Amino acid sequence: MRVRTPLGSAGRRPVGRRTLLGSTAVLGASAALAGCGGPLGAGLVGGEVAPETLVFWNLFGGGDGGRMQDMEKVYEKAHGGSSSLQATTFAWGNPYYSKVTLATVGNQPPDVAVAHLTRAKPLWDGGILDPISEDDLASVGLKTSDFNEKAWSAQVTDGKNIAIPLDTHPFVMFFNHEVMDKAGLLESDGSLTDLSGVDTFESALEEIKGVTGSEALTSANVSETATPWRLFWSLYNQYEDATPFLSDGGAKITVDEDIYTDITARLQKWVEKGWLNRGIDYAGSQTQMATGKAGIYLQGEWEISTFQSIEGLKFGMAPIPTLFDRPAAQADSHTFILPKKDRTPEQLTQALGFIKSMLTESMTWAEGGHVPAYLPTYDSAEYKKLTPQSDYASAAENAYYDDAAWYGGSGSTFEATVGAQLALVQQGSTTPEGALSAIRGQLQTYLDPPSPL
Amino acid sequence: MTSATTTPNVPSAPNSPAAASAAAPARRAGRGGRPSDRGTGPGAWLFLAPFGLFYLAFLLGPTIWMFVASFFNTSLVHRGLGSFAGLDNYVEMFSRADFWSSLWHTLQFTLYTVPPLVILAFVFAVLTNRLQRGQWFFRLAFFLPFILPSATISLIWVFIFTPATGLFASVQSLLGFTPGSGILADPKSAMVGVAIATVWWTIGFNFILYLAGLQDIPRELYEAAAVDGASTWQQIRHVTIPLLRRTTTLVILLQIIASLKIFDQVYLMTNGGPGISTQVSLGLITGTAFTDNRIGAASAASVLLFIIIVAIAVIREIVERVAARRDQEA
Repeated sequence: MRVRTPLGSAGRRPVGRRTLLGSTAVLGASAALAGCGGPLGAGLVGGEVAPETLVFWNLFGGGDGGRMQDMEKVYEKAHGGSSSLQATTFAWGNPYYSKVTLATVGNQPPDVAVAHLTRAKPLWDGGILDPISEDDLASVGLKTSDFNEKAWSAQVTDGKNIAIPLDTHPFVMFFNHEVMDKAGLLESDGSLTDLSGVDTFESALEEIKGVTGSEALTSANVSETATPWRLFWSLYNQYEDATPFLSDGGAKITVDEDIYTDITARLQKWVEKGWLNRGIDYAGSQTQMATGKAGIYLQGEWEISTFQSIEGLKFGMAPIPTLFDRPAAQADSHTFILPKKDRTPEQLTQALGFIKSMLTESMTWAEGGHVPAYLPTYDSAEYKKLTPQSDYASAAENAYYDDAAWYGGSGSTFEATVGAQLALVQQGSTTPEGALSAIRGQLQTYLDPPSPL
Repeated sequence: MTSATTTPNVPSAPNSPAAASAAAPARRAGRGGRPSDRGTGPGAWLFLAPFGLFYLAFLLGPTIWMFVASFFNTSLVHRGLGSFAGLDNYVEMFSRADFWSSLWHTLQFTLYTVPPLVILAFVFAVLTNRLQRGQWFFRLAFFLPFILPSATISLIWVFIFTPATGLFASVQSLLGFTPGSGILADPKSAMVGVAIATVWWTIGFNFILYLAGLQDIPRELYEAAAVDGASTWQQIRHVTIPLLRRTTTLVILLQIIASLKIFDQVYLMTNGGPGISTQVSLGLITGTAFTDNRIGAASAASVLLFIIIVAIAVIREIVERVAARRDQEA
């Protein structure tokens, strides 16, 4: 009997597998080695990349990313060139916060990181953040009164400052000048007529629909969960007696069902009347307003850059009209956090100094639409002159943040779950009651178990 | 592994581990060694120690930790096991609709990828094996994608599936179809898109296994079959396929286990979306562990997936033994 080795090197026309695998291994290894640099060594032995380099993590893409880089350049210039800062941008959302958490638990966190205010809270609960004392702030010439009161008080948790707000980014109203003008909704100075009160607003929608021949108002709800949530949370909080959606750190759903039903049923009515789109994706909702097929578009103020880049489009911005008892808009803030690590006093001062440098550059940031939380910038004549940015700045005063929960905040599981159901309500494929029971059912997974934080 | 018995008139396909382990003692026996000497004595343990330590530290240890943690409310951000949860984590997983749907998506992916990866690999191997020249090119062409990292193939296929402007949409337009919102954007077809990318990526491995098996089949068998008047198809049907049965069972097992462990491509191409229509078990486990910070609950889900994979491997092993016994009796 002929003894054969496996994989047939004894057969005809041998495969030459060793040659093949050998060469591919060489290929792979050289590709892997091509990516090696200085940080690798630091990573292997657990040292600092370079002791004097400040490591900064953020999650800004698009126009925000470009502005953040401009602000970083100012810092680098003042602190001895590009070796003074190592800034890394990650994709935003849940994965970003996983990275911050894991890096901190693994004792290799960045010196400073960006976090949404609503996501900084669960990080704090998980023991991921160092608190920032008044003395720390004073060491770089900052004080509590330098910040927007709403944003500042929103970040205080357990009596400690856990994050330094850079901005507030509220949900606002964009409008097409030409359409609103034809609908007779502009004042002689070109500003928007007061649309307060739900009846006033609804009759305005009817007017706009007459002009556009299609919708009056667009708000994205296809492949999009954050926008339906933002819209709902803005209108919901315009009622005086609105209760939190989640209480006890996310252990209870305490949404006021009457207000919930009123808002969702009203949105469905707007769809039925043809005032609001039934189903439209993020990009489509913008196009409708930009091309005059809708008069009003609702989204976070960061979309300002998109509309500014459209040739010949005249648009304006304003806070969401107050339809019910009080002005309100869903918002969050981008903040700076100090992940927990052993810092020497010098390192702490360096980190805070970087944050201070970013805050003083807030004007660059404000051009991207975000309302600066740093009052010296907010109150400056330069910002007041900046339109349409300063037209909706008051929305930051009426900001309503998402309720604190270990699975909540911007881009979180909570927003995705609730937003998906609200989108279905707007599409008419489920009833307000059906959506609420689905929300309750899907969040049950998160209500029952003890918080892992 | 069962030890393969080779009778002179029915050579088993010798490219399975079974044949390998059978062949190994045979070779040693020829050199006067005794098979019973294997794996004993302090020397052997010394040689095993470095690997053993790694195995303990990075595989066995964490696995045991996983079993223990699944009964506790273990958190990612706190040291220790946390409070005792009993069977809560398991009860939670069983009652979670998204856990069941993720299992189904994993199974769905397995169903979409295993048959083409086995059948196409076989067909291409048979075709390549018939070539007289230029074989090296086809071997390389089929195998090359396999060495790419998952991130690379995911990027390539996301480009191909780009709505309206991607390669796939361009071909659709050429053929007169209206390209829709893209394969990956539709909950009904997203998994198909991931499966197509995976088949393209990993077919090379099975292809090489089959090719090696084919080149091991003695030519005389085909000649004898041809003399008896068997057509090409009959030769494949009655000579090639039976003799490659061991390769096939091996390939199927490896493929099923690899498919059940699907994570990379889904995470990179659709991230479980649209909605949760492509969320697979490992995706859910990763989310539970590293987004929700719940190591305990994620461990429970991992244990359940572990049990399923072991069960499938055991079932396949039993089938294999029954088949081997039948061979012996034949």
